[in-house]
Amino acid sequence: MNILLTQLINGLHVGSVYALIALGYTMVYGIVKLINFAHGDIIMVGAYAALMLLTSTALPFGIAAVLSVLFCVTLGALVERIAYKPLRNSPRISSLITTIGVSFFLQNSVQMIFSPTPRPFPIRLNVPTIVIGSLKISGLTFVTILVAVLLMIALELFVRRTRMGKAMRAVSEDMQAAQLMGININTTISMTFAIGAALAAVGAILYSTAYPSVSPTMGALPGLKAFIAAVLGGIGLMPGAMLGGFIMGVAESLTKGYISTQLSDAVVFGILIIVLLVKPSGILGKHVSEKV
Amino acid sequence: MNAATRKSWILNAIALAALSAAFLLPIQSGAVNAYIVGLLITALINIIMATSLNLVCGLLGYLALGHAAFMGVGAYAAALVSIHWNVPLSFPLALLVGGIAAAITGVVIGVPALRLRGDYLAIITLGFGEIVRIIMNNMPILGGARSLRGIPRITTVPVAYVAVIICVTLMFTLGRSRHGRAILSIREDEVAATSSGVPVTYYKILAFTLAAFFAGIAGGLYAHYMGVLNPNRFNFDRSIEYLVMVVLGGMGSITGAIIAAIVLTLLPELLRGLSNYRMLIYSLALILMMLFRPDGLLGTAEFSLVSIGRSFKRTRRSAQNEGRDHSES
Repeated sequence: MNILLTQLINGLHVGSVYALIALGYTMVYGIVKLINFAHGDIIMVGAYAALMLLTSTALPFGIAAVLSVLFCVTLGALVERIAYKPLRNSPRISSLITTIGVSFFLQNSVQMIFSPTPRPFPIRLNVPTIVIGSLKISGLTFVTILVAVLLMIALELFVRRTRMGKAMRAVSEDMQAAQLMGININTTISMTFAIGAALAAVGAILYSTAYPSVSPTMGALPGLKAFIAAVLGGIGLMPGAMLGGFIMGVAESLTKGYISTQLSDAVVFGILIIVLLVKPSGILGKHVSEKV
Repeated sequence: MNAATRKSWILNAIALAALSAAFLLPIQSGAVNAYIVGLLITALINIIMATSLNLVCGLLGYLALGHAAFMGVGAYAAALVSIHWNVPLSFPLALLVGGIAAAITGVVIGVPALRLRGDYLAIITLGFGEIVRIIMNNMPILGGARSLRGIPRITTVPVAYVAVIICVTLMFTLGRSRHGRAILSIREDEVAATSSGVPVTYYKILAFTLAAFFAGIAGGLYAHYMGVLNPNRFNFDRSIEYLVMVVLGGMGSITGAIIAAIVLTLLPELLRGLSNYRMLIYSLALILMMLFRPDGLLGTAEFSLVSIGRSFKRTRRSAQNEGRDHSES
């Protein structure tokens, strides 16, 4: 029983990181219908930014984290302006290839600056372990889940309550109509990319505290899994990304604990395929019939 | 066969013969070193991969992100045939078995996956591709992550060249046939195709399976070129690599895919002198290419000798017409 609970909590730990990253995928997809393959590399850049700030300066962890989030926000918005905005009216596959190009570019520039060798990530957080009966939860796990859940609540409030959030919902529903209503599409889309990048950066720092090794290709795997999480819950839907992330994390950790470490990825992809075959629009997605 | 078709056949046959001579003679005479030979074989294999992916992405208009998995299945099947069966003509047989194994995988994946459309199809092919790779990684007979060794290294440039000619010709004629037009009609408008009586599901699976078949043959060539196989060679990144070739060449253009496959195979090697910067330049080239030519190199057009002749005549005629217009006014 205890082992099961521990595995479940571990699953929630990774799952909350996946959920944060998945939110970036899902928001961008919801608004411009684009699978942003460079999202995983924003995670990597975020991890490197935090690593540099923590190793070369004496800044406290919190400030370093905020600074690296700001760095990623700038990067995310910049990349959107340079690489995706000019392609907004061309075939979607072209923008998809540009995102792949950006992903290569980020990976290779980081590799040139910092060399391809993985570096250890310094964890300067001392959180006491929480003990409930015979169950021990590491402080890091607790902090990760807490941060993730708080951010999700904040994001949900932002999208529901603020003007910008309203604009984002309008643009994702119908871009042209939103434009006719006087919404500035460019600002809204840039904002979406920036928020996605911010969440990815937070995800990066949380991920690096869980797996403390930073390398130029580290973004690929969590990126892919978070993307699957977004599809699992229903791509384009924010609650879907959160649900998908948690499901992915728990499924992965249970497979690792009870079946085999090697097969954990197979199980994750298997779940994806089954969900897509049974309900293509994802767990929370609504079926949209095609108009002729 | 009408006169124009005959003319184009003759023209293409002559061009092909000239190309073959220019291409194969230096290699047969041994004037080219092993590095160049390896590069050429890789380029030829990539041509088959890119053109076969073009069947799904260009002709059918569906995005597929798991094409490398078919290559992997073909590579392993062909390698096993070569290792375990010692029969005459075993190499062509091995390639064929590789193609068929990949085609069967294509049907198994295609039947459920092709119920989905658009991005969902792309994602499910990604999932299937990764699952195939993980299964290959965990099969003892394939050597798993420790690699499969001892495959005879018998892929030479002439062999790969002949395979490319056969595969590309088959794909090209398929695209021009009744079946090819049916597949094209699905790309243009699936609903309209259905209501015009095109058996949409059948043609979708046909295109997908054929693409898998040719990818399997490319995989067989790859296996007999490398001599060692590792499942992780056929991962998501590799699928993306082929997708980039197809899109860069222009979706739906076979000649575009061929040119892109050659350029993208050679580009990183040509930039080798710039050492660390080469992948950076490669990625920048990719981004800039898409920004300035979003439809790819050739769009959906094909490069053809006949149409070059025709456009040459047209420009000459229009120049004459212009001259006449001027004299009239």
